[in-house]
Amino acid sequence: MIAEIGFGSLFISLIISVYGVIAAIYGERNHQRKWVFSAKQAMRLVFPLLTLSIGSLIFLILNNNFEVVYVASVSSINMPVYLKITAIWGGQAGSMLFWSWLLAGFGFIVTFRKWDRDQDFLPWVIAICLGTIAFFVVLNTFFENPFVRYWQVNQEIVQSFVHPPGGIQVAPRNGGGLNPLLRHPGMIIHPPMQYLGFVAFIVPYAFAMASLITGRSDDRWIQLSRPWAIWAWLFLSLGLILGARWAYDVLGWGGYWGWDPVENSALMPWLSGTAFLHAVLIQEKRNMFKQWPIVLIIVTYNLVIFGTFLTRSGLLSSVHSFARSSIGPIFLAFIALTFIASFWLLSSRWEKFKSRQVLTSFFSKEALILITIILFLGMLVTTFWGVIFPNISELVTGQKVTVGPPFYERVAGPILGGVLVIMVICPLAVWSFVSFKHLGKLLWKPFIVSLLGVLLPIYGGLTKVPAVIAFWLVAFVLAVNGFEFIRRTRLRRRSQSESLFQTISGVFQRNKRSYSAIIIHVGMVFMALGIIGIEFFQTETQGTIAEGQELQLASYTMEYEQLDIFNTSDDRNVARAVILVKKDGQVIDEIYPRRDFYYDSNQQVTIPGVRSTLVDDFYTILVDWKAVTSEGATFKVYHNPLVKWLWIGAWTIILGVVVTSLPDNRSTRAGSRTRGRDGHRN
Amino acid sequence: MVTEIKKTSWVAALSILLVVCLIPAAVYAQGSGPSDDEVNAVAKQLYCPVCENIPLDACGTTACEQWRGVIRDRLAEGWSEDQIKEYFVAQYGDRVLAEPPREGFNWVVYIVPMVIFVGGGVLFITGIKRWRDSGQDRTLRRGGKKVPEPDKLSDDDIKRVEEELLKRSKG
Repeated sequence: MIAEIGFGSLFISLIISVYGVIAAIYGERNHQRKWVFSAKQAMRLVFPLLTLSIGSLIFLILNNNFEVVYVASVSSINMPVYLKITAIWGGQAGSMLFWSWLLAGFGFIVTFRKWDRDQDFLPWVIAICLGTIAFFVVLNTFFENPFVRYWQVNQEIVQSFVHPPGGIQVAPRNGGGLNPLLRHPGMIIHPPMQYLGFVAFIVPYAFAMASLITGRSDDRWIQLSRPWAIWAWLFLSLGLILGARWAYDVLGWGGYWGWDPVENSALMPWLSGTAFLHAVLIQEKRNMFKQWPIVLIIVTYNLVIFGTFLTRSGLLSSVHSFARSSIGPIFLAFIALTFIASFWLLSSRWEKFKSRQVLTSFFSKEALILITIILFLGMLVTTFWGVIFPNISELVTGQKVTVGPPFYERVAGPILGGVLVIMVICPLAVWSFVSFKHLGKLLWKPFIVSLLGVLLPIYGGLTKVPAVIAFWLVAFVLAVNGFEFIRRTRLRRRSQSESLFQTISGVFQRNKRSYSAIIIHVGMVFMALGIIGIEFFQTETQGTIAEGQELQLASYTMEYEQLDIFNTSDDRNVARAVILVKKDGQVIDEIYPRRDFYYDSNQQVTIPGVRSTLVDDFYTILVDWKAVTSEGATFKVYHNPLVKWLWIGAWTIILGVVVTSLPDNRSTRAGSRTRGRDGHRN
Repeated sequence: MVTEIKKTSWVAALSILLVVCLIPAAVYAQGSGPSDDEVNAVAKQLYCPVCENIPLDACGTTACEQWRGVIRDRLAEGWSEDQIKEYFVAQYGDRVLAEPPREGFNWVVYIVPMVIFVGGGVLFITGIKRWRDSGQDRTLRRGGKKVPEPDKLSDDDIKRVEEELLKRSKG
């Protein structure tokens, strides 16, 4: 019954979505507002319908209805409730439904904004959002139905949603359980964040298309899109960083990023999305490069669809699995169609969106931001090419190849360096024009301070030239931002008599957006520090030692104390080693690398034991042990310098985005409250 | 004589004890043949032929453990790193390498990004040069003795106008 409700509401939402698209376009073409209004109501209705559908799926999972194929594949009796809820996106059908539900939610919110000034955009925004929802719901309804059940027909088990003639519903006694790798806290929040980021980028795309279709070439669509894009970017960044953290904590290979196609598919929309946010800035400030944000949001939209398709399907692992799957070609056709249609639209409006401004200096802010965009695009093209090349190779030569980390890192390293160089100059550059001489004047003091970033590592015995350059750039970016902040604070102090705290908060208030940008960029630099640490200085060793024996790595010694093997109440068998971490002969920490074996899914997970400090991480993995005597165990040990800065950087970025999203000028708001509603800016 | 025998037997006993004590330690510390680190150094450069995109040194499957065993045996036999890699390529194809080998069609994977980078760079620079040349205010380009004010409005003014507009749009 519940499965019928779930599928029924899914199907109705499909009909309503398709109706909404048609009504919106018909109403717009024939200037009949009532049809557009009806389409708006349709968009509002899709969300509760999909909520009912996904709610039914949650109910089925919580209720252990293993006659539903999807429930049996991702859940099991003993899984705790919170894991059962995350099991919704543990498989392909469920994650697609989750995706459509999120998009419907955003669509729902969009309909409630004030459309007075933007009536012309409304039908197109509805058509694009509902069209995208309809596409995913079609997939869910006809190809990846999460409500399909097991039936027994003539001694044979078949999977079908409808009751086959003579069939009896059957259910396995227990489900296979969620993939243990997905049972980590990072994995519980990571997919929703990733999907929120993916889905939130659909809204700016809808605005961009609306702007193209209506031919309205002012930057209204940018204004409307910007908050969505910023939040989408934040969610996508959070998704990436949580994914990285998950890899670091669960995959047990001492790293956080392996340039795997699935990781890349999440990175690509982030790269184009980041480029988009920067292009938006140039258009807002200088009214230049107006085609760029449109191109970038089209690319982002298509990469979002591509990423969704890639993340769960694993179809790009081989041309054959792609050809065999039913949804692969449909996805590809959808991407091709939207891509071609969007660019055809753009080309038809190209002249209209041409800017009249000119670039006057290579060191102006817009030129530097443009170079940043190009660097991001360079990384994007490389990543995309690396992801699809194994398939091209298989098609052409019949042989499969791996495009692994060395391929990407060759490009990523210099590009990160280039971005850091721009981050040195950009805070000092101004819009429209700046001379090299002027820049030089502002740069020399931070430059001298930045030399500390060279001297300290060399003094510490560092010899790798690229690493020294990287450290220097990091120090330079921090110094430039520090000096710039002090300079502005001083200027304000000179003109106004107030306390230092007031001045600092005043400086922030006055230019909240540029300061939140500084915070975000400092966060990126912290992340760069973590990346440099692990890329250049990671060391590892492996050894089999008996209890009481030691292994040494970097300045650390680990002593293997004991191994405990026990069963847990949630159906796990845990082998947990106790390790003493020593430095200079002193015990400084105790860590517990372990291996969890999940009985329900018959899979194991290696959880590292980590001692993490601002300077470095001491990361141990229990590789193997002698089960009977418990006297010897094999450990793999990594020394990961500075990696904690990666996570600190991520938190800093979140802070920056939150700052930028705070309501504008708080003092004005406070003032307006006392002055009444029409208080003006002082 | 007796004391000598006693002495010899003591020495023998002690040596045996020492050997007995040291054997497990030696086995644990080194194993017989190449160390784990030497095996991992080669395994790191190879990819698991069955699981997608997982380096052989980090893969936990039994198959990969056996492959690491193969690497260990080959190293013990005195094979070089390249020989072992060639052996794996011959057995399982190019996909075991972290990157496609630089030969034949595989060159495409390296050349395409380079062509795009160089082409993109050239287009960007010529585009901007052409653009600058077509700009009306040429004095700016030469180093700007004038105060550059192409917009006649400062950033703050623009910002204020924008904020006002935004405020109004929000109603």
